[in-house]
Amino acid sequence: MIGTPTLAVWKFASCDGCQLTLLDCEDELLTLAGQVHIAHFLEASSAVLPGPYDVSLVEGSITTPGDVDRIRQVRASSKVLVTIGACATSGGIQALRNFADVQEFTSVVYASPPYIESLATSTPISAHVPVDFELRGCPIDKHQLLEVISAFLVGRKPDIPDTSVCTECKRRGLTCVTVASNTPCLGPVTHAGCGALCPAVGRGCYGCFGPMTGANVPAMIGRLHECGMTEGAIDKVLATFNVAAPGFRLPLVQR
Amino acid sequence: MTDRSRELRIGSLARVEGEGALQVTIQDGRVERAELQIYEPPRFFEAFLRGRQHTEVADITSRICGICPVAYQTSAWLAIEDACGIQVGAGITALRRLLYCGEWISSHALHIYLLHIPDFLGYPDAITLSRDHRAVVERGLRLKKSGNAILEMVGGRAIHPVNPRVGGFHRAPTKSELAVLAEQLRHALDDALATVEFVGTLDFPGVDLEVELLAVHHPDHYAIESGRVRSSGGLDFSAAEFPDHVVEHQVSHSTALHATLDGGRYLTGPLARYSLNSAQLSPLARQAAAAAGLGPVCRNPFRSIVVRAVEVVYAIDEALRLIADYVRPDVAAEPVLPRAGVGHGVSEAPRGLLYHRYELDAEGLILSATIVPPTSQNQAAIEGDLLAVVEANRDLDDAALAHVCERTIRNYDPCISCATHFLDLTVHRL
Ligand code: SF4
Ligand code: SF4
Repeated sequence: MIGTPTLAVWKFASCDGCQLTLLDCEDELLTLAGQVHIAHFLEASSAVLPGPYDVSLVEGSITTPGDVDRIRQVRASSKVLVTIGACATSGGIQALRNFADVQEFTSVVYASPPYIESLATSTPISAHVPVDFELRGCPIDKHQLLEVISAFLVGRKPDIPDTSVCTECKRRGLTCVTVASNTPCLGPVTHAGCGALCPAVGRGCYGCFGPMTGANVPAMIGRLHECGMTEGAIDKVLATFNVAAPGFRLPLVQR
Repeated sequence: MTDRSRELRIGSLARVEGEGALQVTIQDGRVERAELQIYEPPRFFEAFLRGRQHTEVADITSRICGICPVAYQTSAWLAIEDACGIQVGAGITALRRLLYCGEWISSHALHIYLLHIPDFLGYPDAITLSRDHRAVVERGLRLKKSGNAILEMVGGRAIHPVNPRVGGFHRAPTKSELAVLAEQLRHALDDALATVEFVGTLDFPGVDLEVELLAVHHPDHYAIESGRVRSSGGLDFSAAEFPDHVVEHQVSHSTALHATLDGGRYLTGPLARYSLNSAQLSPLARQAAAAAGLGPVCRNPFRSIVVRAVEVVYAIDEALRLIADYVRPDVAAEPVLPRAGVGHGVSEAPRGLLYHRYELDAEGLILSATIVPPTSQNQAAIEGDLLAVVEANRDLDDAALAHVCERTIRNYDPCISCATHFLDLTVHRL
């Protein structure tokens, strides 16, 4: 298999949902496996090949001292490093600790906190090493994942639109839940990619793909107020799966 | 190999969800300890759920695990509805059960075909296996896809569904939308039956576990999305009494808490469910089980793959029944108005019983949260099994011993992300 590009998948603090998205490509998995050598993917294989790897997919955020060393090794052995998902791209939901007292958090969950080795922060991969591409979502979308992998395999830039969920919602011809029933929706400030899943079931977008580039969050907050959301509820909806993402992050949003 | 003072370290355990290690100590030829060390970094869900609104909890807890998000949603909304004094109607319950069937099918198919079968057939993974047995792997992927089709149709997304909410759903699908699913599921049923037949022919070492078995039980059907808790030792209690029997404690070698049932080791998951409730399987699933050599009770952890395959048959059969009987509920969700109180919820995640407890204030804000996932409940039983396996195989060389241990662990399909997550093995031969 000389010349077959190699793919590696790595996990840090996460729920496994983003790597599972790769296995959820049921129709494409075996075809993909014929075109790349999956050289390191512990969730799926006990065969591990040494690096360097052509493309590394990294899931999860950095939350322990050991993670910091491990991500540097992953970077050193990868030609292209792509982060997959909100955890790897913005620190994920576990970044809620960044705005709290992690010692106190530990004591809520564990009787003997001293055994538990954990950093006071959950940080995205890009806070530690250079990243070549960040794929958004909690979880990521499988079509976007396949696009990113295929693009890097042939050495082109992935075609991932940097627009808002509203554009996808309109393209699907969905009725706007905010216009029709004053339902709060984060679609105008949220990065596209999911295909407007929430408005499709009559629910407002809850921002799991994180902020789009140049999101006008202050204007969004005004609109959410008009929809009847309280200050506290607005704070919370922004502070979930992408709480530490620039755009949704303090102090831009006044909490 | 009988060398008594060796130490070895084997790479990370693969084909499990999450990160862990296994430490085995052999002293003077005797196996002293077998510790499953879960070093998945803690993510502190129970801590940061405090202060969140009762309507947000199911979306948040689904992020504990990408493989069984519906389980985390289900136990959460059961507990919250319990605290708010709400019981949803039969239509919503049926739709939730259908959604959960989707998760069972897709999670079990993932484990059977992509994580577990390679062990039995001597391959490192399903992709290598597919070079020699392409049809087998394709069947597994088709099955998994049929489960995901349910999750997408009913849940709005396969991983972290967006449509369910506390009180029901944002939108209930129409009868004709579900009818489209039925077509795909009828084909999947053939694949599922072929799966039971196939895994029934694998080679199983003859071991039986002695531990107590614990599972949800429902009087009307094979328990999935709700019920009381029963054990093989005769316990029978409600979700609210769970904390009276199951106590979690911390062990120094793991970031997952260990749980005990009335002070003892116990097991939850497919073996427990099957052994306690097999009489309630559908006739087709029971027939398939019998043909694959399963009696009414199964305590052999290696045969868990057969039990999972039988449960896939059941889940598809049940999904087809639910679709045939489906009447679109008048309201997709009941209003769940907050009130101060405490609520409990249990449901059967693919890997076993999942308990949630929430304490709410009058505005519906979470004051405290407790989540007891299946893997931390099973950790002690897995260690007990490992101890026996190492004892029986201590003369094997390190690589062979590691292989046996890894297989032992994979029988339980531990989800270490849930338990807080993966594995590397150290053997100290002192
Ligand atoms: S981004 Fe979301 S889906 Fe992906 S690993 Fe993190 S929690 Fe799971
Ligand atoms: S429903 Fe939400 S995403 Fe769709 S157009 Fe309206 S605001 Fe945008």
